[in-house]
Amino acid sequence: MNFLELLGYFNYWVFAIILTVGLYAVINKTNLIKKLIGLSIFQSAVFLMYITMDKVEGGTAPIIQKGVEDQIFSNPLPQVLILTAIVVGVSTLSLGLAMVVRISECYGTIEENEILDAD
Amino acid sequence: MIFIFGLFLLTLLVITAIAIVRTKDLFVAVMLTSIFSLLMAANFFILDAADVALTEAAVGAGVTTVIFLCALALTDDKEKPRQGGRWVAFVTVGVLALLIIYATFDKPRLGDPDAPVHQHIAPWYIEKTTEYIDIPNVVTAILSSFRGYDTLGEVFVVFAACIGVLFILGVSPPRKTRGVTEKNSGLRHHLIPQVVGRLLIPFIVLFGLYVQFHGEYGPGGGFQAGAIIATGVILYALLEGESEALRAIPRGVLLGMVIGGALLYGGVGVACMFMGGAFLDYSVLAADPIFGQQLGILIIEAGVGMAVCGALLAIFHAFAAREILS
Repeated sequence: MNFLELLGYFNYWVFAIILTVGLYAVINKTNLIKKLIGLSIFQSAVFLMYITMDKVEGGTAPIIQKGVEDQIFSNPLPQVLILTAIVVGVSTLSLGLAMVVRISECYGTIEENEILDAD
Repeated sequence: MIFIFGLFLLTLLVITAIAIVRTKDLFVAVMLTSIFSLLMAANFFILDAADVALTEAAVGAGVTTVIFLCALALTDDKEKPRQGGRWVAFVTVGVLALLIIYATFDKPRLGDPDAPVHQHIAPWYIEKTTEYIDIPNVVTAILSSFRGYDTLGEVFVVFAACIGVLFILGVSPPRKTRGVTEKNSGLRHHLIPQVVGRLLIPFIVLFGLYVQFHGEYGPGGGFQAGAIIATGVILYALLEGESEALRAIPRGVLLGMVIGGALLYGGVGVACMFMGGAFLDYSVLAADPIFGQQLGILIIEAGVGMAVCGALLAIFHAFAAREILS
């Protein structure tokens, strides 16, 4: 396996690192907003993995041009899944933020350990 | 060349992600998240996903950042330091990262045309789009016709999340609040944002409409257009104050857009059933099945655009209208 072939996996390595960085924020940080930021990084990592899988060598974006033969297209299916997932992601994220805002109003803090102490 | 550029962007992405987690200042973290999204959008573009890149740039770098900032204004923008438990988490995620990296060697490398993911149904979609629907953008064809059920579900999730946010933030704050009068003035006293913003807003909205109605021919569609138009209106709200934006588009209209968009989508599906087809089978909408498909896609994309734009704006207003506790 030569060096260039190894670089073909670079996208997946970046996926692994970003995923775990996001997970680290979710499990280690006590600040609820930081947790949500970590969750959205985690989510972005999954998006990156799906979009990495759609790439075909020498391919182009899947938009058919009339009169051009022998075009190679990248896989459109992961793109569709991720396209809708991004918009759903922002709506669920704002639902989480709305809960954090209410918690902050009731407890006066958004640090998890202080909230647990207050209960 | 583009490959090296991709490596560069991915490395920047990792650095940004680590910086986001390390910083104690949540304001900095949110700003870095915006940069992270923009880098991610550039990566998507390099990987041939033009539609996804457009969505990520409009939603991730635009709307998400503003909603995070609104939430920060209502809570606290400093993170308190924490002691203990750090090494356990560090070792756990470290081991997990190594496991995933080890597993990636079983995956086909980037761009391999023989990868299993390219063998299954995707070639069928690319081949049959011209025959059944005859629109150039395969992504739009799959999104709104072949996989219309999925998209209907996603629109309902956006709808449900919007209703959820409105319910949670609809109740009044528990303590006595003092409305900040300065809050609603926006950036009215700053000359440069005013002039630049006023120049930009019409073009942002126009571009959003173009993306909406050109979605069958180029990258675009209802999701992107809804997000882009929402960012235009949010920019207006930031410049002129939130109440001015509500006067331009009242809350009732926004809710009507969310409900109307979801209903329009579902309604098209039911109309297809009444005209003798299956649910969301647009071929029966017109005498010519291909034209029926195109008509159906146009209507449901309009429904998606309305629902997404209305939901994002309603969520933004729910956060922005809340008074800061003092």
